[in-house]
Amino acid sequence: MIRPLIVIRRVPKIDFMRWHLIGFAFSILLGAVSIGLFAAIGLNLGIDFKGGLLIEAKTQGPADLAAMRGKIDALNIGEASLQNFGAPDEVLIRLPQQSGGDKAQESAITAVKNALGEGVDYRRQEVVGPSVGSELIRAGALATVLALAAILVYIWFRFEWQFGVGATISTIHDVVTTIGLFAIFRLEFNLTTLAAILTIAGYSINDTVVIYDRVREAMRKYRTMPFRDLINLALNETLSRTILTVSTVALAVLSLLVFGGEVLKGFSIAMLWGIVIGTYSSLFIAAPIIYYIQPSRRATAREPADDGGETPRPGRAKGARS
Amino acid sequence: MLYFANWKILLILGVCALGVLFSLPNLFTATQLAWLPSWIPHKQVNLGLDLRGGSYLLLQVDVAAAQTEQLNSTIDNVRDALREAKIGYTGLNVENNAIVFSIRDTDRIEDARGKLAKIDPSLSVAISPDGAGKMQFTPQATDMRRQQAVDQSIEIVRRRIDETGTKEPTIQRQGADRILVELPGVGNPEHVKALLGKTAKLTFQLVDMTMSAEEAKRRGLPPGDEILPAQEGGRPGQQPAYLLKRRVMVSGDTLTDAQVDLQSPEGPAVRFRFDSAGARRFGDATRENVGKLFAIVLDNKVISAPVIKEAILGGTGIISGSFTVQSASDLALLLRAGALPAPITILEERSVGPDLGADSIHAGAVASVVGVVLVVIFMFLFYGLFGLFADIALMFNLCLMLGVLSLLGATLTLPGIAGIALTMGMAVDANVLIYERIREEMRSGRTMLSSLEAGFTRAFGTILDSHVTTLVAGILLYWLGSGPVKGFAVTLSVGVLTSLFSAILVTRLEIVSWLRRWKPREIPL
Repeated sequence: MIRPLIVIRRVPKIDFMRWHLIGFAFSILLGAVSIGLFAAIGLNLGIDFKGGLLIEAKTQGPADLAAMRGKIDALNIGEASLQNFGAPDEVLIRLPQQSGGDKAQESAITAVKNALGEGVDYRRQEVVGPSVGSELIRAGALATVLALAAILVYIWFRFEWQFGVGATISTIHDVVTTIGLFAIFRLEFNLTTLAAILTIAGYSINDTVVIYDRVREAMRKYRTMPFRDLINLALNETLSRTILTVSTVALAVLSLLVFGGEVLKGFSIAMLWGIVIGTYSSLFIAAPIIYYIQPSRRATAREPADDGGETPRPGRAKGARS
Repeated sequence: MLYFANWKILLILGVCALGVLFSLPNLFTATQLAWLPSWIPHKQVNLGLDLRGGSYLLLQVDVAAAQTEQLNSTIDNVRDALREAKIGYTGLNVENNAIVFSIRDTDRIEDARGKLAKIDPSLSVAISPDGAGKMQFTPQATDMRRQQAVDQSIEIVRRRIDETGTKEPTIQRQGADRILVELPGVGNPEHVKALLGKTAKLTFQLVDMTMSAEEAKRRGLPPGDEILPAQEGGRPGQQPAYLLKRRVMVSGDTLTDAQVDLQSPEGPAVRFRFDSAGARRFGDATRENVGKLFAIVLDNKVISAPVIKEAILGGTGIISGSFTVQSASDLALLLRAGALPAPITILEERSVGPDLGADSIHAGAVASVVGVVLVVIFMFLFYGLFGLFADIALMFNLCLMLGVLSLLGATLTLPGIAGIALTMGMAVDANVLIYERIREEMRSGRTMLSSLEAGFTRAFGTILDSHVTTLVAGILLYWLGSGPVKGFAVTLSVGVLTSLFSAILVTRLEIVSWLRRWKPREIPL
């Protein structure tokens, strides 16, 4: 019989609740810094949202960025940003939105191509006019708000409202700090980043749901146990699952980060951060919040058992301590 | 736990087999597929433009510009109508999509309203008691015109793109006045963009020879005339602008054919042919105006203005200007395809060269394979035999995902590949939940079978909750996202659904079969 090589046999007895105030303080700080940075310096918006031009070019031999920049600057079409993109002979050229509305954007691309001359292979070019950029911002913000709202409603529907509040706060925390990460490190915020953020919202709720499920179960099982202990018990019982799941998803995202190419880099970084911060927030934000807005034990007990209660067992309600 | 209805087993195995069958075609190239027997499905996952290389263009039909033009041509009728009825007016002009004017004699407002209302039923006429008048298209007429303009534009865009020889283009309406164009394989769409950027409205108009364009600018425009600039880069000695009669002798919509003529003594030229109505009008117009100049006007620029030497009755003609071979063949193409009813603006462009697309596929495939292998090893290390069960289920999940994506004809994009890799990591979460639960139940002293049973049933609620929340995010992304992001939303959502099946039912079937076959005394967890 093939046994697992690594087994976590014992349920740990970590006093998570002891750390929750530090966690709160840390998160409030992190959130405040994120919001502050977002307000003060904003995001490094990619052309998806800001509008503008992007050209990915491959030169013969290592690219001479200074010379290319000189040629483009001579066109007088705004400050160009040039950077190597994955390889020394690959250059990513970004140009700000051209004044003159949607019509003015296309001609700038042609001008740049003419200026750079022969011997350059254009691998990718993107132009987003001002009207589309603002629409995409609106759609993105709408999607994020709707996702949060939908998740809140679902949790509310499945649990007591207190759980919904806790889950929403911790999910907002994850989204806000991810945006903060992008603000601090000036990582480009584009459509794929937004996709990552929505995925984070959907994913980080997973851990929270699993832990809440366990809290609720413990509430039914140990009617007299202090709430603080209930939360600790739920967190410890689910800890190995939390760690293992985070690890498998992190493995998948890490391989995307390492092998997925430059285009997916922003997405992978956002996802990786989201996985880590999402796990942290489930343990130190979502669960402790329940301690402060305690769901009523009577209401929870009255709800039909939906977590496998098909075979009611005697003694399950009281003292089935393992 | 041991009981598993036969029909259920068959169903699960059947779904898995179908998943494998429908995902199979993706392993072959198109030529290899052609060799396969016909009972094997041939549908492959569609590759998005970011993977196969190609160009995505979002066009906007400038309906307002078309309306303004329409109003500009109606303004003459308004002038004629008011003059004929001897109603004094001032300030006749087109402003903000409306013809505005002011009636001098306020007693004749009703009279004016009656006359003006007859001009065009789709125009509403409003004149206030102080004489200020306004004519604009009724909302219904605006809607209808927008509809027509966009439909017609789609048709013209399609014809122009077809003429360039692009294979399998997608051209579809998006929203009220937008057109989405996808050109697979076109990594550098400069030529297509140049073709789409031209309205290609061709007219033949008489040159007003009573005065020059400069004189007209100084002394005021003679009624019914307009000044149009000459095309840039025209031949040397050409006038910079022409004074033309506004009335159009013949317009380009009566052309039936246009071809490049490289034999013309004046360099590359475009030879065209009118339909019978156009030929008659062109013949009449040239016969009446022998010795005068007529201008060939394209998109409000004068290409050339030759002298009419004699009546041209054959219904054919030739346009020569200072063409290159390329510009002459482009003009011929545009004339063949027809004029756009309204100008088109490119709002958004995303083009990817085929090399980058191939690189992206490679990177995405490597990342996915490495991710899957890591997850597989991880599950084996932590769960042993049961980890292998989860790994087998994971493989079926991958097949099911690809099969469903192929069947749906969904488009796989680079973020979509990321979605696949991500769901591979997430899919085993259900297994982790179940296995951890089984361990717990074992620890609490339950028997082997009841631990297994409880592990599956009690983890189910949790699994469902966590999948639904991810699905919510996926659906919103699909709804509000665009292009590549939609591809991500599709793979994420499909992956979440198929993993629900594979991680729960397939794993359960594997474990039950193992129990029946080997009759183990304990669970290796």
